[in-house]
Amino acid sequence: MTDHTTDHTTEPMTDRMTDHAVRRQAPIAPSPQGERRIALVDLLDRLLAGGAVIAGDLVLSIADVDLVRIDLRALISSVGDRVPSPFATPGAARPEPLP
Amino acid sequence: MTEPLSESDRRRNYAYVYGVVRAGFGVPDRLIGVAGAPVGTVAEGSLAALVSAVPAVDFEEAALRAHLEDLRRLERVARAHRGVVDTVAAGTCVLPLRLATVYRDERGVRRALASRFEDFASALARLNGRFEWGVKAYTDEGEAPAPVPAAGAGAGIGPGSPAPAADSGRDFLRRRLAHRRAEEESQRHAAAFAHTVHDALDRFAEHSTLHRPQDSRLSAAPGHNILNGAYLVPREEAGAFAGLVGELAERAPGVRLELTGPWAPYSFANPAAPEDERASAHTAREAPRRPETPGPA
Repeated sequence: MTDHTTDHTTEPMTDRMTDHAVRRQAPIAPSPQGERRIALVDLLDRLLAGGAVIAGDLVLSIADVDLVRIDLRALISSVGDRVPSPFATPGAARPEPLP
Repeated sequence: MTEPLSESDRRRNYAYVYGVVRAGFGVPDRLIGVAGAPVGTVAEGSLAALVSAVPAVDFEEAALRAHLEDLRRLERVARAHRGVVDTVAAGTCVLPLRLATVYRDERGVRRALASRFEDFASALARLNGRFEWGVKAYTDEGEAPAPVPAAGAGAGIGPGSPAPAADSGRDFLRRRLAHRRAEEESQRHAAAFAHTVHDALDRFAEHSTLHRPQDSRLSAAPGHNILNGAYLVPREEAGAFAGLVGELAERAPGVRLELTGPWAPYSFANPAAPEDERASAHTAREAPRRPETPGPA
């Protein structure tokens, strides 16, 4: 466990990081085959919705962009023409609102 | 807001800012930014911004808007941005800034550091020694719901209820109904488990926030994403946090957990009152963010 911690905090983080499915009989341990390229979608969750926003004399901050439009374009262009709308999938199993 | 670029502006550079660190931090050699230029710092008082030059012609407002709606370009900028932030985050606390924070020049960067000094300094103190971890829960592949009507519309028996029909038809409908009920039951079960997971991780972490569940066709991950959480964890507790995720995974029949990280604390960069932060993070994200589908009605 301590190894796990130091592995990630002393080495420079690269574009490969731990991203592993955790299953029964699959204890968490960073391993070469458990690493893969960071999913773009995980990145965009953080870079488009996270990060501090500064107002002021910016050229442009993402906060000024119509994010819904970016989401939409990004989704559509990545799923391809065979899927008419990525939003047809019902979010049926989404967690209920949390307290 | 942005006027057309003059000829001299076209050859100018803007300053792309990745994040804020404490002044005096030495940027690793050969760290390259979004447009291929080396990353340096612009200091103001005890704070410094991580900055690289980008061509104004590509990063003025109209061009930037267009770029960011092109998924491949967006991906290049996003990966380069993350590369800078996370490389630096391995050596010092970074307050990550949102993607595409661009100033006309270094004076603008300094002014921003000066005007937000207290926010930035307190955020750096709050985030120092912490990393963000992502935990996603998916319904298992085999148990991913077959096409069922949208939540709400299809819940219950309503319009699908069989009118008296031929025996074979009635049997078919009965089987279908049983199948659907089993699916709904398994969805409820998975959703309840996602709550359990989030609650346990939230108690462990200093802060947590929920991202919108990911569309499986975008993430290319098998199963249906039912939890997409981010958790702020002190560096020395990362191992215990991962252990907790592992324990939860063992109790998760039909649900797959996925751990990503460590990330720089992107999801916790915007300062908010700590209590409000928790409350609003939990509720704001639950509002359906699904854009209206523009397709044919």
